[in-house]
Amino acid sequence: MNLFEFSEEQNMLRDMVREFVNEEVKPVAGQIDENEEIPQDLIKKIGEVGLFGTVFPEEYGGGGFGEVGYCIAQEEMARGCLSTATMIGAHMSIGTNAIFLGGTEELKQKYLPKLCSGEMLGAFGLTEATAGSDSFNVRTRAEQDGDDWILNGEKLWITNGGIADVVSVFARTERGVTAFAVETKWDGYHAGPKEKKMGIRGSATNAITFDNVRVPGENMIGPNGRGFLIAMKTLDAGRLGLGACCVGAAKELIELSTQYAKERKQFDEPISHFQAVQFMLAEMWAITYAMESIVYRTAVDYDAGKKIATQSAAVKYLCSEGLDKVVDMAVQIHGGMGYSRELPIERMYRDSRINRIFEGTNEIQKLVISHDVLRRNGAWNV
Amino acid sequence: MNIFVCVSHVPDTTTKVQVGEDGKSIDPSGVTWILNPYDEYAVEAALQLKEAREGEVTVVCFGPDAVKETIRKGLAMGADKGLHIKSDQPRDSFGTAKALAETLKDREADVIFCGRQSIDYDGWQMAGLLGEMLDLPSVTVASKLEIKEDGSIEAEREIEGGMETVVSKLPAVISAQKGLNDPRYPKLQGIMQAKRKPIEDVEPSPYKNRVEVLEMSKPPVKSAGKIVGEGPDAVKELVKLLHEEAKVI
Repeated sequence: MNLFEFSEEQNMLRDMVREFVNEEVKPVAGQIDENEEIPQDLIKKIGEVGLFGTVFPEEYGGGGFGEVGYCIAQEEMARGCLSTATMIGAHMSIGTNAIFLGGTEELKQKYLPKLCSGEMLGAFGLTEATAGSDSFNVRTRAEQDGDDWILNGEKLWITNGGIADVVSVFARTERGVTAFAVETKWDGYHAGPKEKKMGIRGSATNAITFDNVRVPGENMIGPNGRGFLIAMKTLDAGRLGLGACCVGAAKELIELSTQYAKERKQFDEPISHFQAVQFMLAEMWAITYAMESIVYRTAVDYDAGKKIATQSAAVKYLCSEGLDKVVDMAVQIHGGMGYSRELPIERMYRDSRINRIFEGTNEIQKLVISHDVLRRNGAWNV
Repeated sequence: MNIFVCVSHVPDTTTKVQVGEDGKSIDPSGVTWILNPYDEYAVEAALQLKEAREGEVTVVCFGPDAVKETIRKGLAMGADKGLHIKSDQPRDSFGTAKALAETLKDREADVIFCGRQSIDYDGWQMAGLLGEMLDLPSVTVASKLEIKEDGSIEAEREIEGGMETVVSKLPAVISAQKGLNDPRYPKLQGIMQAKRKPIEDVEPSPYKNRVEVLEMSKPPVKSAGKIVGEGPDAVKELVKLLHEEAKVI
């Protein structure tokens, strides 16, 4: 048995995404950060090659690559631009995935093909002012009116909120938190201005409000009152994708730092001859090796249908902490050039930080892990 | 329209090629294999022709089982089926062309595309040899191509110091030059479909190589540069060294 022997299709996927990122994404990544916007023609090209549906089965218009393939694609995308990877992740891994995991067959048929092709863009609407880490404390209301539901409330920090066509919204009914697929063109949906962020500035993050938005009953995702479970299952997969993005960024930083260390001379020698720099490269590599290992081990388990809530919390926590260490050393190896906006290192440093915050803070991940450990009296169970 | 593309399975351009133990072949360990870059233009040209007319695109490759991976890359880009001429014995250009020609001669090809050269052995011979063996016109190193409804061909070829425009007629062999088109990325669904598309296996008739490789070696390592001094004073020393050491003047 070899856990990490990728198949020919998975290798072909990686080659294709790498070439796509080198040709189409890296040349504009700096501009995406400066302009705080992903160009429409890039979004169109991502849709054309199928990278908006990587994870979903082919019968819904997806790539049929499952979670492992999705992680490969996100890893390669994050090498070039974490803003773009975040846009894809919010669309696919959480926004669309909520419909895929919880929706009826009719709802899946209604939205998945269009979401996979990029004709429609997705988003995930859970977070509110009172429901951040305390995500169960959702205040957005859904009231029944005949066959329809009327939504009122406000969501914060919604990735793609201002550019999405369909948002998986979590609202409270008399039976509890319930999920709905909400089209942003419907009356009463408003997206606020883009948040001004430290990093991943190209990814559109908005507050969104629902002012008597009428949602047809068929757009309820899963049973009434069971939305929180769908949100949690969706986020389990989302955290793996986030880990994969961290792996991709870390690999890119190792490559850039190694090249730089071999070229940059001080005291008449390349700085790669100095042990201080060698040790940083060694740490970066070792950390990244561990990150890569847990991402794919867990993704293989997820594709095999195993429960991975605790494991994906660990992936999210360790990979985001790992990338922050790797990117910090990459800046240090690059010295002044690592602080300059001339090179991508500075952008990657700013982009890295969000990973410890979004999709559940690392403190919440540790709570998830510790609850499981205590429940099992510390017994190992993977 | 019945369209064939002959492709080659070659080491990735970023691979550091090593000479094998026998001193006359490439050491395959650690080599990443890719679809020959010039063949990507050929596949793209074939797919565009298929999309403009009705038709079918078949990717053909000569070589051991490993080349199936490269055939599937062509299928992932959108070709309909593969044709694998199986052989574990490497052949010279003539032998490869012979295997391709005997396989294609009764298949009623309207067009046979190939790349201008494969980037491993750099023979540049395939389109010419195939054209001769199949008694078809061959248009080589095409950087612009138009195939009209009536089957007439107009192509631009890069020649030394300029361009040449030629006309010909289908059926024909056409080799692709960089710039002919912008090869598409394989779509995700194409990658998944590739393994479900048929690849036909055929055995070539025996052949004895007419050209034998005796030896392979890497180019000599460039020696380090030498700075002999600065300003006009250094000229005398430089001239002396160029004359006595480098013996170029």
